[in-house]
Amino acid sequence: MSLHLVLQNLANGLSLGSLYALIAIGYTMVYGILRLINFAHGEIFMLAPYFLFYGVLIFHLPWWTSIIAAIALTAVTGMLSERIAYRPLRDAPRISVLISAIGVSFFLQNLAIVIFTGIPKSVHRPAFFKRLFQFGEIRIQSTLFASVIVSTIFLTLLIYIVYKTKTGLAMRSISTDIETSRLMAVDVDKTISITFAIGSALAAVGGILWGLRFPQLFPLMGMMPGLKAFIAAVVGGIGNIPGAMLGGLLLGMSEILFVAFLPALSGYRDAFIFAILILILLLKPDGILGKNVQEKV
Amino acid sequence: MKKQNEKIFTILALIVLGILVYLAESNLDPYKLRILNLGAIYVTLGVSLNLIYGFTGQFSLGHAGFMAIGAYVTSLLVLPAYYKEMIFILEPLVWPFTVMHTPFIIALLLSGLFAAIAALLIGLPVLRLKGDYLGIATLGFAEIIRIIANNIPQITNGALGIKGIPEFTNLWWTAGVAIVTIYIIKGLIHSSYGRALMAIRENEIAAEVIGVNLTYHKVMSFTISAFFAGVAGGLFACLLTTIDPKAFMFVMTFNILIVVVLGGLGSITGTVLAAFLFNFSLEYLRPIEAGFNIGPIIIPAIPGLRMVSFSALLLIVILYKQNGLMGGIEFSWKGLARFIRKIFPNKKSSEGSSI
Amino acid sequence: MRKSLFVLTLAILIIAISSVSLAADVVKFGISEPMTGAMAVGGVLCMQGYELAQEQNPTVLGKTVELVLVDNKSDKVESASAVSRLIEKEGVVAVFVGYGSSCAIPGGEVANKAGIPMLSASATNPLVTQGKEYVFRACFIDPFQGEVMARYTFENLGIKKAALLVDIAQDYSVGLANFYKNTFEKLGGEIVSDMKYNTGDQDFSAQLSQIIASGAEALFFPGYFGDVALIAIQGRELGYTGKYLGGDTLHNPVLIELAGEAAEGLIASTFFAEDAPVIPESEKFVKLFKEKYNETPNAVSILTYDSYNLMLDAIERAGSFDPVAIKDALAATKDFPGAGGSITINENHDAVKPAILVKVVNGNFAYETTVNP
Repeated sequence: MSLHLVLQNLANGLSLGSLYALIAIGYTMVYGILRLINFAHGEIFMLAPYFLFYGVLIFHLPWWTSIIAAIALTAVTGMLSERIAYRPLRDAPRISVLISAIGVSFFLQNLAIVIFTGIPKSVHRPAFFKRLFQFGEIRIQSTLFASVIVSTIFLTLLIYIVYKTKTGLAMRSISTDIETSRLMAVDVDKTISITFAIGSALAAVGGILWGLRFPQLFPLMGMMPGLKAFIAAVVGGIGNIPGAMLGGLLLGMSEILFVAFLPALSGYRDAFIFAILILILLLKPDGILGKNVQEKV
Repeated sequence: MKKQNEKIFTILALIVLGILVYLAESNLDPYKLRILNLGAIYVTLGVSLNLIYGFTGQFSLGHAGFMAIGAYVTSLLVLPAYYKEMIFILEPLVWPFTVMHTPFIIALLLSGLFAAIAALLIGLPVLRLKGDYLGIATLGFAEIIRIIANNIPQITNGALGIKGIPEFTNLWWTAGVAIVTIYIIKGLIHSSYGRALMAIRENEIAAEVIGVNLTYHKVMSFTISAFFAGVAGGLFACLLTTIDPKAFMFVMTFNILIVVVLGGLGSITGTVLAAFLFNFSLEYLRPIEAGFNIGPIIIPAIPGLRMVSFSALLLIVILYKQNGLMGGIEFSWKGLARFIRKIFPNKKSSEGSSI
Repeated sequence: MRKSLFVLTLAILIIAISSVSLAADVVKFGISEPMTGAMAVGGVLCMQGYELAQEQNPTVLGKTVELVLVDNKSDKVESASAVSRLIEKEGVVAVFVGYGSSCAIPGGEVANKAGIPMLSASATNPLVTQGKEYVFRACFIDPFQGEVMARYTFENLGIKKAALLVDIAQDYSVGLANFYKNTFEKLGGEIVSDMKYNTGDQDFSAQLSQIIASGAEALFFPGYFGDVALIAIQGRELGYTGKYLGGDTLHNPVLIELAGEAAEGLIASTFFAEDAPVIPESEKFVKLFKEKYNETPNAVSILTYDSYNLMLDAIERAGSFDPVAIKDALAATKDFPGAGGSITINENHDAVKPAILVKVVNGNFAYETTVNP
């Protein structure tokens, strides 16, 4: 394999991995605090670019207004889903909450089919996101820079929120022990709502960047990225924010490099990803960064 | 009520069920029979998942994978040689599958066996994991099985799937297998073995302290559960007469999980009820999206509305019945007798209770 | 009192009788199409054709045709249930599963077993009709289509190195790529890269980088048009400059909308091109279609339009609604003047029809050439 092909594939991997990372961070936050595999995260992710699409094309809003509106709407949807489907089950068996999450996922997916129809919609990208940067023979999409920059900003912001603010303290205390937190007068419901809002907003940002990188919207578009982001979160150490980021990058990279180095086995790509997941779970059940950081959010 | 009487009642109930199956087979149209068959297959699937999850407390999301193994084994064993030559248009079927042929019942048993072997191999390493980690690892294995099925056309015919599978499955088979499954798993749960499983569910460390061999019990429970999933997969293949890897996506496992949780974790009665309710409601919600007229108002056909209402229904049930329909309660003749006495209190018993 | 009772009874009787006679005047055609799920677009296109045809020719043997649609959710299992529901619950005289071989195969199994004639408009997999007495189709099959495209690549375009990008989870894609590969290699061409993906994948950069490095001059990607649109865009972004080639699923205006500039120059084999009408019937269809839907007609709609009319024709030739008679009439179809070209049903129950090649030029499909069987 020529050097430029290796470099091109590294760029491809980084581009995919940075998107997984963004979604995985939102996933890991929700899991960290509620211990809930939020299967609906992929559907929340799918809604954001649809909102953006409608904002720009139907209501003729400028791009930046639409993006803010889409993120806000998605965050509200995420909070609502928590309020309606998860909060009443706070004292129920955990599996009931999981089924509820599957229910929300089915619901949003099919609601999207009813409202947006199953026909894929194209995303008309602003000129910047169509641009390609060429370094010798290697081509890099502008979304890669956008997603790396955005992920770094959000990572810093989140670490600040979690470790330096009162809400962050409340989050950390809930993730350790929800009952004790209640006794310590932590407003559990409010904190969980905020967590969902932040997690969903992150999914929204990920979804929008995803839509700009792969300019096509369809109601099932969140299913695989959602599952992959969850795997990334587990690989990185679930509940651990830098871990999710690392997991996402690793996952994207391995997907691309697997196909690049073993093209004859390209049909086994997802099987390879699951095999890595299982291997990591067996060798290091708490994920790559799981043990290093004690506090989980 | 005496044990003797209970046995008589059970035998009577089985006879009544037999008559019902006979009547259904001879009177109902294939459409209704298909739904009933699916319901009965879901009973087998649900009860077997209940063994590993409801009674042993091990969160397994691998059922679709075991079903897939069972479905392919049965298909390859009962498929007529004529079809084996005809449908493998990408790459011919490899020996020894070309010549293997067994009766349906043997095929079903082998389906279960192969699924169980796979479960044994998977279970030994992964059952060390706990909770969600176990769930995601088993889900991963199920997906790996499906992806492999896509990639080995010389055995599975890849995405083209296998078609022309003889339609052996009927209510006698599906109901029969469901009853055998219930009988065996119920017997298992009430044995000392079952007590050990429930001890593991309640507290692993405590169970280990009192001398329960964790690995052995977990792996056994997982393997038995997979065995029945494999058999159900075989029934499923011979009901649909055509299968491909797409039929065994992880959504299939979710469906079974929904049945188990809706019925109430650790309640076989609940699983049976939920299995039929699940399939009936999916079918009876169909007209919703077909479009209809209410007087002069014409409601146009809205695709997707059925699943929207289904998921809304699911959410409502889970929100209001947090422990499932049966909430872990099991059907028993004693319970039924108590229930009947409560509704129709005759003089004697009401006097008795007042004392 | 007695009188009012009498009037009431009479009224009920009249309503009962009239509803019976109403039912007797209606004959039902059952349709199972993917209205939701991955192939939802196809379902919509199918319905346009059926509805237009039903509007044009609403009666057969003195009875009004009623279309009964059941959504099969792009799913195998659902498709079997849908067809069995149509036959058992609705009592249809004929079944149509127009779109997607993966739905038409199980649907055909059910219809064949029940002994109700089924006609598929655009399912091209050979297994759809294979060995089934009651199942027919109004289009050509994948081996023919794959061969046509391979020949075109090698002979007309003069390309010796081609690459494949196949959706390994989709029977249509796997089958067609296989037939393409066989012919292309037999002609002396070389498949320099044979890559796979899974339905729903959105990132193809690794596969495409590989294909570009292999020096392929043509990329044959028979798949779902949504996936193909993403591949086309990413291919151009990564610097692929060769040809894009595909099968009939790509002849769909949504593909061009989704892929934009990246679709320019893409060539697909299909059943019908609007700007090269085959017979007067085609022109009539194009005019009617534009009037009703205000859109350019597509290949799928024209085939469902034809399949409805062909079924009507077969029933008329049979002279009754007896399924056996209809089946025999369908099998005997010769030179039926369909809007998408004349249809002759061969001994395998497949339509013998020419393949039409279309090319994307300036954001529209333009007629390229015709290849006769």
